[in-house]
Amino acid sequence: MDLQTFLQQFVNALSLGSLYALIAIGYTMVYGILRLINFAHGDVFMIGGYLAFYGVSTFLMPWWLAVCLAIVVTTVFGVGLERVAYRPLRDSPRISIMISAIGASFLIENLAIVLFDARPKAFPVSNLFAGNHVIGGVHIAAVSLIIPVVTAVLLAVLLWIVHRTKTGMAMRAVSTDIDAARLMAIDVNRIVSITFAIGSALAAIGGILWALKYPRLEPLMGIMPGLKCFIAAVVGGIGSIAGAVLGGLLLGLIELMTIAVLPELTGYKDAFAFVLLIMVLLVKPTGLLGKNQGEKV
Amino acid sequence: MNTLQKKPMSRDAMLTLGAAVIGLVLLFVFDSTFDRFTMQIFKLCAINIILALSLNLINGFTGLFSLGHAGFMAVGAYTCALLAMTPDQKATNFVLQPIAPWLLDLHLPFLPALLVSGLIAGFIGWFLGVVALRLRDDYLAIATLGFSEIIRVVLTNTQSITNGSLGLKGIPRYTTMWWAWGSAVVITLFLVLLIKSSYGRAFKSIRDNEIAAESMGVDVFGMKVLSFTISSFLAGIAGGLLAHYLTTIDPKQFIFLKTFDILLIVVLGGVGSITGSIVAAIVVTISMEALRFLDGPLNLGFMVTNGVPGLRMVFFSALLMVVVIFRQQGLMGTSEFSWDSLSRIGLLPKRGPKSGKGGE
Repeated sequence: MDLQTFLQQFVNALSLGSLYALIAIGYTMVYGILRLINFAHGDVFMIGGYLAFYGVSTFLMPWWLAVCLAIVVTTVFGVGLERVAYRPLRDSPRISIMISAIGASFLIENLAIVLFDARPKAFPVSNLFAGNHVIGGVHIAAVSLIIPVVTAVLLAVLLWIVHRTKTGMAMRAVSTDIDAARLMAIDVNRIVSITFAIGSALAAIGGILWALKYPRLEPLMGIMPGLKCFIAAVVGGIGSIAGAVLGGLLLGLIELMTIAVLPELTGYKDAFAFVLLIMVLLVKPTGLLGKNQGEKV
Repeated sequence: MNTLQKKPMSRDAMLTLGAAVIGLVLLFVFDSTFDRFTMQIFKLCAINIILALSLNLINGFTGLFSLGHAGFMAVGAYTCALLAMTPDQKATNFVLQPIAPWLLDLHLPFLPALLVSGLIAGFIGWFLGVVALRLRDDYLAIATLGFSEIIRVVLTNTQSITNGSLGLKGIPRYTTMWWAWGSAVVITLFLVLLIKSSYGRAFKSIRDNEIAAESMGVDVFGMKVLSFTISSFLAGIAGGLLAHYLTTIDPKQFIFLKTFDILLIVVLGGVGSITGSIVAAIVVTISMEALRFLDGPLNLGFMVTNGVPGLRMVFFSALLMVVVIFRQQGLMGTSEFSWDSLSRIGLLPKRGPKSGKGGE
């Protein structure tokens, strides 16, 4: 592989990886606070893409308005999901909550098939994001440039929220010990809602960027990216935002670089993430940046 | 069946014998009276019973949340189909790339093929169990889900063995009603015996409190692996039956959403109840067909809709959510059908005890 091909693949991997990272953050934040795999996160991602689509193509809104509205509505949706599907089960056995999460994901997918139609839709890519730049012989789609920038900016904002604001401090407290946090007069329900709001907003942005990158909307489009991003979060160390970003980038790199080096493995692309997951879980179950938590009897 | 759960009481034994005879007669009646379409659904009930029971063994009785069932089914389905098809039938399927020569001449009658498919699925289950069962809760769930997806991706890509994404067509229709219901009855009996045995008690002790079980001398890891292996074996058998029931299979059928379908049955019936799984499997399978009208044009009295494909699945997923949130124990919780429970309420059905007569 010559340098140019390598750089080309690297740029692609960086853009895919930052997209994974964006969605993985949502998983990691929810898991950090509730110890819950939000199976429906991938479907929230899908909703974000569809809402932007309807905003632009059905309601003929300008781009910025459609995107903003899609993010807001998806955020409300994510918070509502937590209220309906997860909050009533907060004190139930973990298996119940997980079944509820699976059920919610199942329900959203099937509702999407009914409401949005099972046939794929072409996402209208605005001229703003179309086109290619050629830098040093490397072709870079405009979207591929935008994605890492958006991810970096959002990450900075998020880290500021988590580490520099009172809400962020409360989030970290709830994540450490939910009962102790409640004793410290932290409104746990509010913090959980805020977490879901942030996660869903990031998923919506991820969904829209994904639709710009792969302009094809399907009701089941959230499943695979959702699973992969969860894996990215686990690989990086679930509960850690930096870990989610690291895991996302790593997954993007592994997926694209393996194919670049060994093209005959292309058909196995979707399995890489799972193999990576299983290897990481066996070697270092807490993930690359995760903290080891002793088992509570 | 339920004989084996009861203290040796003549009344119960007679009732059970009677129910078994009635069940057998019913099967004969159904076999001769059902039309082809009804018979297909009836057979599917039996296959779903096996699937639900095997998932319930690992999820309900051992308390390990596994989402890998679709993968084991796929292994069973492919193994059974490839073994039971004649070389000619196989050769016509493989158009893109010829079938591997060693596989072409491999041919077995249905029963050995079915057993081999169970054994292979069980072996893979054993291997994955040894690897993955060190994990727990949601990590285990996602790892098993990952394994099942890996199996599916491998099946899609091994063109010369599985015919890749084209799948296999023209699989002989060996799964008759007697095969389907016979397997379901045998497996139910086996599981009832297993749950009543010391192994079953060990499984349940792990579910209820792993640390306590370990301190009482239960080989926690070994028991988990055993339960996982048996569950995969049964899923493989069900997969084999399914292949010869559908007569066409391809990897897409075994996407992990298939596991969710079985999970729906298990949750509705009650996580940890054999009776519940059986009743729910029958009810869900029949209503999946009966509610097909939801997908077509609907006459709501004041308006007629155009037909909304997918509405049926919305109903089922909404039902799953409602059950999980409002009635977590499902239909039966962890309790089982017994004649006593009938007599306690004056031989009147209370919570769906009809299953005793179904010939399960």
